[in-house]
Amino acid sequence: MRNKLSWFAVPYVVWMAVIVVIPILIMVVYAFTAGGSGGGGLQITAENFTGMSVYASVFLRSFRLALIATLICLLIGYPVSYWMAHEGPGFQRVAMALIMLPMWMNFLLRTYSWMSILENNGLLNQLFQNIGVIALYNQIAPFFVDIRNVFAAHFGGAQIGFVPIEHFQMINTPGAVVLGMVYNYLPFMILPIYSVIVKLDHSLLEAARDLGADRRLVFRKVIFPLSLPGVLSGVTMVFVPSVSTFAISRLLGGGTQMMLGDLIEQQFLGGAYDPHLGAAISMVMMVIVVVCMVVMNHFGEGEEQAVIL
Amino acid sequence: MSKELIRLTDCVMAFDDEVVLDKINLSIKDKEFLTLLGPSGCGKTTTLRIIGGFQTPTSGDVLFDGVRINSVPPHKRTINTVFQKYALFPHLNVYENIAFGLRIPKADAAGKKVKLAEEEIDRRVMEMLEIVNLKGFEKRRTSQLSGGQQQRVAIARALVNRPKVLLLDEPLGALDLKLRKDMQNELKRIQKAMEITFIYVTHDQEEALAMSDTVVVMDGGRIQQIGSPEDIYNEPKNAFVADFIGESNIIDGIMRSDGLVEIFNRRFQCLDGGFGKDEVVDVVIRPEDVDIVPEDQGQLKGTVTSVTFKGMQYDIIVDFYGFKWLIQTTDLSPVGSRIGIKIDPDGIHVMKKSEYSGLFGDYSSYSEEYEEISDASCGPEEEDSGDEE
Repeated sequence: MRNKLSWFAVPYVVWMAVIVVIPILIMVVYAFTAGGSGGGGLQITAENFTGMSVYASVFLRSFRLALIATLICLLIGYPVSYWMAHEGPGFQRVAMALIMLPMWMNFLLRTYSWMSILENNGLLNQLFQNIGVIALYNQIAPFFVDIRNVFAAHFGGAQIGFVPIEHFQMINTPGAVVLGMVYNYLPFMILPIYSVIVKLDHSLLEAARDLGADRRLVFRKVIFPLSLPGVLSGVTMVFVPSVSTFAISRLLGGGTQMMLGDLIEQQFLGGAYDPHLGAAISMVMMVIVVVCMVVMNHFGEGEEQAVIL
Repeated sequence: MSKELIRLTDCVMAFDDEVVLDKINLSIKDKEFLTLLGPSGCGKTTTLRIIGGFQTPTSGDVLFDGVRINSVPPHKRTINTVFQKYALFPHLNVYENIAFGLRIPKADAAGKKVKLAEEEIDRRVMEMLEIVNLKGFEKRRTSQLSGGQQQRVAIARALVNRPKVLLLDEPLGALDLKLRKDMQNELKRIQKAMEITFIYVTHDQEEALAMSDTVVVMDGGRIQQIGSPEDIYNEPKNAFVADFIGESNIIDGIMRSDGLVEIFNRRFQCLDGGFGKDEVVDVVIRPEDVDIVPEDQGQLKGTVTSVTFKGMQYDIIVDFYGFKWLIQTTDLSPVGSRIGIKIDPDGIHVMKKSEYSGLFGDYSSYSEEYEEISDASCGPEEEDSGDEE
């Protein structure tokens, strides 16, 4: 506070305190207390955490789906970033605009569109119907069911019959939720990786070639290690919103794929009203996010940190 | 000096019709220290990159040990490079930076890829650290090193692969003057000790003269002169070389006969010959080759117009019939005084007229920054103002 100008920072500091610090404190208080509504005031307790094991399946599903989505984003995002960074500047501008374009549309709107695509009477199923894919499936699948039944008879499993389908079940499956996550969060994987790769000093690649590395080794020993900070930042930026999402699982999972976000939302706005439990679950999630950040900063130490910010 | 190792034949390099190298012919001998010298944009770095394999010449041949290597990629050449800004790997420590090349499997005589044993890598890295005086630094991150130390890591990283040729692209450009002088000696010592060919790119003429066995002066994508430092300094081929290497007064003259040249209507004895009778020529007179004498004994008479104290000597500008000369002298002649000068025959060097005639060698626009002017936009590095003889 040596600088006179620093007084201009006061509103911001106050704002941060009101909007960030105080709510977190309130949340901590809620997480470690119970009761209130039934009279008798607040009691300090750790019950909210100890009782959380009931929701283990929700935790597991959230992490499994978010991890799968993150992995798919990485598998798509890294090659795309690498390829973009090696094209001309004009191409890079167009590609960047195309990646950003969907993000300018409302998040819920985008997810609703996927609903109408994946629905039982949705665009995809209608398309499959019209080009005969579903009829083809109904012809081929019985053979596989028969083969399976032969094995089952041999090894003592139950026999199953084949019921012809009218449509593929795509909506309300874990796959639909993962698809929604990948679609919505892929840009957050591409952007940090791309910005790291595009900034790589070209002379480092020449130095590696000069020292005897062919293209494959240049990638493995120089480009990939140096792009890791971007990868880690992308992984965090996809994983954290994926694990806490509730809109995607609600719309594309149809309530069958309950995730942490849904659980928390139910505690505050839904039927299972219990803000104390909701606060406790939120805190556990926050700890996970912080652990992610710490791990990321540990790997990304050095100048590449600017990319994370 | 031994046999020829690298030969460039009629090498042309053109980018989008812009000719960067114009029919370069160059022969580089084994174990020699050769410097490509010239202002920025003269093609010296391009020449180096062609030898390193980072660029393929538009036409012409690159021969290595008699074999054409035009399209051999860099990782298959027994040549290593010290890059201008070192290009050390930021994710590796000093040890791993130096070990980088050794850890890459190399094809043996049978074409099978073999890895070096860890003990062998360790032995060679340690030996290299010893040579570049960086023992005890192996675990440091490269960002924790000073410029001079990074420089030495870059040299060690290249030399540990035991290349036949080491390419150095303005390796001392980012170092301060004192460190640069130390590194010059260091590099020369390493080159002698390792007995390999160094090809060195610089725009610093003093550096080139101090270190090289052979200097190649380049400008405008062409080689202007190839020779030993003494040849380049004492027998410049044209006004560009004379001006770029050291300070020179370049005056129009007429060759009256072998050993007799006329400047300002006065005849001077010289040692050059072989020109046509009454041929118009460029005459180079180095500032340190001029003796100041009392006015009445001088071969030429002029007025001192400016004096600059340079420590070892005074740089004085003298006006002779409207043409300003730079003269270096240890005796002070105050501004405005009339002096005479004498020039010994071996202080006069006669050159054929070239496209560079009339562009250099007149000190009428002399200022304290004349080194920068004569070095023609060499970049932001501070220039050493030497030429003390």
